[in-house]
Amino acid sequence: MDTQEFIKNFANQFEDTDASEITMETSFRDLDEWDSLVALAILNMIAKKYGVKLTFDDMRQTNTVQELFNVVESKK
Amino acid sequence: MEVNPFSLSGKTILVTGASSGIGRAIAVACANMGAKLIITARNKERLEETISLMSGEGHRYISADLTKVDDIYSLVTELPKLDGVVSNAGVVKSIVALFSDYSETQEIFNTNVFSHINLIQQLLENKRLNKEASIVFTSSISGVYCGLLGGSLYGATKSAINGYVRALALELAPRKIRVNTINPGMIETDLVASTSITKEELEEDKKKYPMKRYGRPDEVANSVVYLLSDVTKWMTGTSLLLDGGYSVQ
Repeated sequence: MDTQEFIKNFANQFEDTDASEITMETSFRDLDEWDSLVALAILNMIAKKYGVKLTFDDMRQTNTVQELFNVVESKK
Repeated sequence: MEVNPFSLSGKTILVTGASSGIGRAIAVACANMGAKLIITARNKERLEETISLMSGEGHRYISADLTKVDDIYSLVTELPKLDGVVSNAGVVKSIVALFSDYSETQEIFNTNVFSHINLIQQLLENKRLNKEASIVFTSSISGVYCGLLGGSLYGATKSAINGYVRALALELAPRKIRVNTINPGMIETDLVASTSITKEELEEDKKKYPMKRYGRPDEVANSVVYLLSDVTKWMTGTSLLLDGGYSVQ
């Protein structure tokens, strides 16, 4: 899995957050735009682009983009 | 002897999606009310499990994947004349509109809409419905009474069923066959447990219901019994809303 690609796909689910604000170290829950709709869109994106079906529980165990990336990679 | 007006005694009823959740509860409730059941779903083992939970004699299962027309054909040829049909098989999908592409749309419509319409078409073509039969579809509050985040496709399938029912009711009225939907809010089933939601969020979500809880499969099942029983012989083309007050807000 390519990290830059993952960041791009992740950032793409935000409307008002500039992509440059998002790195592998970003704690995504702290972003102003973060809400349950963005969370669902990210789960859908992961299912679509990486073929991995995560639950909200899986996602809750992660705080940074890197941690989420790791969970996706471990389930691939 | 007092006669129970909700009795299904002497009726033969088909229940689809009877291997789990609401469908299983419907099969069990109908059996309790004296009906003879034919239940269907894809999974043979889980259908056998449903049968083992049902009281009375003479029930049977036919495994079929109703998204395949050939399976519908062979199912219908095996069916006796029916007094009730519960077209219940369905899937829940939580997906935002942004990712609701053609293949996702096709997949959920195949299961939640097209298979139901195909089944009814085949039942009619093969004259499997007795006069005064009752057809019940499992619909939802989603898409019919309200919108839920990530529920655009699911809601679209359920409102398609609600739309289908109205004209079907008209067309079958001359034969005194009635057609209705049951529209439940969130029900505690494995389907809910498996969707993308945490236990905490589930508890939060329940608070949105005026009655502060989700419904139970047996509550939906008994409402379906009501729609299948003779007390609703003059009720057709309509929906029975069962949502703990969610949509009055």
